[in-house]
Order: sequence, then structure tokens, then C-alpha cells
Amino acid sequence: MSQFIYLYRTSDAAQQESMGTPERAQQNMQRWMAWLKELDAKGHLKNYGQPLERTGRVIRGKNKLITDGPYAEAKDLIGGFSIVEARDIDQAVELSRGCPALDVGGAVEVRPVMSMDL
Amino acid sequence: MDLSEHLFRRESGRLVAALVRIFGVHNLALAEDVVQDAFCRALDVWKIRGVPDNPSAWLMTVAKRRALDVVRRERTARTFAPELTRWLESEWTLAPVVDESFTSAVIRDEQLRMMFSCCHPSLPEEAQIALILNVLCGFGASEVATAFLTSRAAVEKRITRGKKALANAERLFDLSDDDFGARLASVRAALYLLFNEGYHSASSETAVRAELCDEAIRLTSMLLETEATAEPATFALAALMCLHAARLPARLDAHGDLSSLPDQDRSRWNRALIDRGLALLEQASCGSVATAYHLEAAIAAVHAGSPSIASTNWDAIVELYDRLLKLTPSPVVALNRAVAVAQRDGPDAGLAAIRAIPDADRLRDYPFYPAAIGELELRRGDAASAARAFAAAVGLARNPLERRFLERRLRTAETTSHPAPAGPA
Repeated sequence: MSQFIYLYRTSDAAQQESMGTPERAQQNMQRWMAWLKELDAKGHLKNYGQPLERTGRVIRGKNKLITDGPYAEAKDLIGGFSIVEARDIDQAVELSRGCPALDVGGAVEVRPVMSMDL
Repeated sequence: MDLSEHLFRRESGRLVAALVRIFGVHNLALAEDVVQDAFCRALDVWKIRGVPDNPSAWLMTVAKRRALDVVRRERTARTFAPELTRWLESEWTLAPVVDESFTSAVIRDEQLRMMFSCCHPSLPEEAQIALILNVLCGFGASEVATAFLTSRAAVEKRITRGKKALANAERLFDLSDDDFGARLASVRAALYLLFNEGYHSASSETAVRAELCDEAIRLTSMLLETEATAEPATFALAALMCLHAARLPARLDAHGDLSSLPDQDRSRWNRALIDRGLALLEQASCGSVATAYHLEAAIAAVHAGSPSIASTNWDAIVELYDRLLKLTPSPVVALNRAVAVAQRDGPDAGLAAIRAIPDADRLRDYPFYPAAIGELELRRGDAASAARAFAAAVGLARNPLERRFLERRLRTAETTSHPAPAGPA
């Protein structure tokens, strides 16, 4: 089994879509929790991961220029991540298909965690 | 931990009320933004970390924090609630005022004032209930539209117009205002309408209908928690809602079709709601005036206490309808009375009572007017007349649910008037 990280990507528009009304927001969240719980039950969830604040600081270059951000990429923010275990990337991708973010215009980026094994 | 059903919707109404107290009703949109932010945050965090032990308290803390930020950032540029201005200006008093606004007693009072404000006489009733559902119950325009079978655009227009009226009023209605009595009557009328939308809802989705009824009962119960609004008429309204809602589970049969009172499986009536309704009706009886709500609740109570149509005290029901007619003359009430007369004195008496309805032309588009005639014709054995009446009723059906029900009655009348030829022995 290999480890993969799911980066939950979202945009302001996707956020609006998933919020809609209080009822929709609640349903959306319940779908998320059900999805993660199912991954966990099947033994694929290595770590629930963490939600991330939408904004922070970005430090760039030799001058260590500090800016608030990442505003420039407001259309594509990382909202959080989880770590899953899967046979290979195909299975990791397959498992991500149930992610509720996809129904509201969001995206899941699946990246293999590099391992020390050769 | 699992979320209780509709938690966000319910919290939305409470949080908006608390924030409106701080920001002022002219900043209703700002209050709604802050609540939306709190939900966004909850969505981000809870979906990965799970629901906290006390989700309501969590949401409230986030909303409070945002409220403090907003006031600090904008207090020079924006006017907030005029009566709180001095407290919001000073850092000494700002946090305590925000805390106070989120206590349950204050939230309840603010929700009441909001409910009264939504029932402003300049707004048509359907706008009042759309506004109540949106602001106090957290329904989105699309959800209101689904419940009322109208377009989302129409509902949005109603809500926008209503919010403009709220903002222009500059402050929420106060229960000590001069026109309190009149406004309380409008609030009751709006809640009654909201309940009936759910109860008779054209929407065939049982869930939507039950939700509207639940919301109407919840808001009416809020009126009962405050002395000024807990009048006998309010108790009677609450009683009426509970007694009717108790029958809701039996209004649709196993096939999802409408089931009329005589055919309902009474074991599916909600006993707990009936008991609650009867207790409320008892409390409603302390005044000297019997309102229309009292009489309607009393009629519902007679039905609720009867094990079957045959054992129902139709004398009592006809008498209650007589009193109701005197109080609020309406052709629909007269029609219901005629049906009760038919139960008491037979179909001919019922048909005579229907013919005697003075303003029957106002029932021209009401499918249950010809349907009632059809039932009585059928009962007195004139199946051909019954079929004609049911055919007219089918033509007036306002939704698929009514159409299926009336078509079924039409088929019954047709097979009775032209019995199928007997097959070979």
C-alpha cells in the first residue's frame, strides 16, 4: 500500500455553491463526513488531515518579501488535505471520485507521497 | 457526533436575530453575511475534523468573533443599532453587549420582534410568510419556492421587497408599540397561512409539507413563551395546528395518494400531537372570547377524539361550524358545514345545504366544491350525476396529488353507474 495526499481545492464560486442555503450547507457537510467515514471504514484513510484557513502569508524569494495571500489564486484555494492509503494512484483516484467537493465545482488533487523505499 | 436535522437552518434564524440586534435591521444583509461566514467556517472545519460536541455554541462563538471584528473595523464608517451606539463605541462595553445579544432570552425577544416586523401591513401576506421563512427559519428562496410551488424568481422578488421594507423601518417592531394588538393578529394570521400552506400544500413531497407545519408550530410556540403574545387566541391557534398536524401522517395513503377523512387510517394519527393540542385548547379557554381559531380547534378536537366517522359527534361539529360561519362567513366554511350536515342528516340534507350557500360562485374554481357534490350524489345513489360532478372537479385540480385523488373518485362513480358486465360464470 502506498500513501497519497488529497488536496481539496476550492474556489469562492464553489464555496458559494456549496453554501447556498443553510440546509444545503448542512447537507453538503453531512455528505463530506459520510464520505470520509466510508474511506476510513474501508481502511483507506491514513489520516483525516487538517482544514486550512483561506488566507495567510506568503513569503517569497531572497528578499523574503512577505505578502498576505494567497489572494492571487483566489479561484483555486487549498481548503484542506487528507492522507489516504491505496494500492496505486489509480485506486487513489478511484476513491476520490466520491468526494462531495466535486459536486459543487471543487477539485481533488491526488499526489503520491514520496517514499524512502527504492 | 451527528448533526441534528435542520440545525443550520434553525441556527441561522437565531444568529441573524442576535446580529441584527447589534448591527441594526438596516444592516440585515451584513448580519446574513456574518452568519454565512460562520457556516462556511463550520463546513471547512467540521467536514474534516468532525462535528464539535456543541455545534450551536461553536457557531455562536464564530459569529460573535466576527461581529466584534466587523464593529471594530466599521464603527466609524457605518451606523449600527442606534440604541446600542454608545455601547458599541467603547471597548469597555463592546464585548459585553455582543455577549448579551447572544443569550437565549435576548435572541428569543429579537426573533419575536423580527416576526412582528415581517408582518408589516404594507406587505402582502405571501410576502410576509416568505420573509418569515427566509429570515427566521433559514429557508433559501429556492426552498420557499419548492414548498409553495412558485418560481424562485417570484419568491426572491417577494423576499427582496420585504427586506427593503424591513430596512426602511429602521428599527424592529417593539412589543410596546401602539399597534401591538393589530400586529399580533397579523402575525397569527401569517402563521396560520404558513401552516395551511404546509398542511394543504400543493407540493406532493411530504417532507416539505411537514417542515412548513413544524416551522409554523415552532414559531407559534415562541409566541406562547412571552406573556404579551400568549393570548387565548394564540393558544387556540397552536392547538389547532397541533390537532391538524396530528392527522398529517394519515393524509397520504400507502400509495402516496391523498386520503380523505373518512378513509384515513386513524391509528396513524399522532397521539402525542393530539394530546398536546387538547392541552393547548384547554389553556386557550381561559378568555371570554371564542375566536375562529378556537372554533376550528374545537372541530379538530372532536375529530381527534372520535374513533371513526360513524361515531363522530356530528351535532357538535355542525354547531361549531354554525358559530364559525357567523364569525367568519366564508363559502369554504359553509361547504365544510354542509358536508357535516350530510353526515348528520343524510346526503339530501347535505346537498340542500350546499345549494343554500349564498356566495357559492366564489367556489367556482375550488375542486372540492363539485367533489363534495359528487360524494353526496354517489351516496344517494345517483352515480351519473356524481360522475359529472367529479369530472368537473378533475378539471379544477390544482396539482397532481389532487388530480389523482379526484380521478380515483371519478372512476368509482363511473364503475358504479355503468357496472362492468358480469363475466362468464
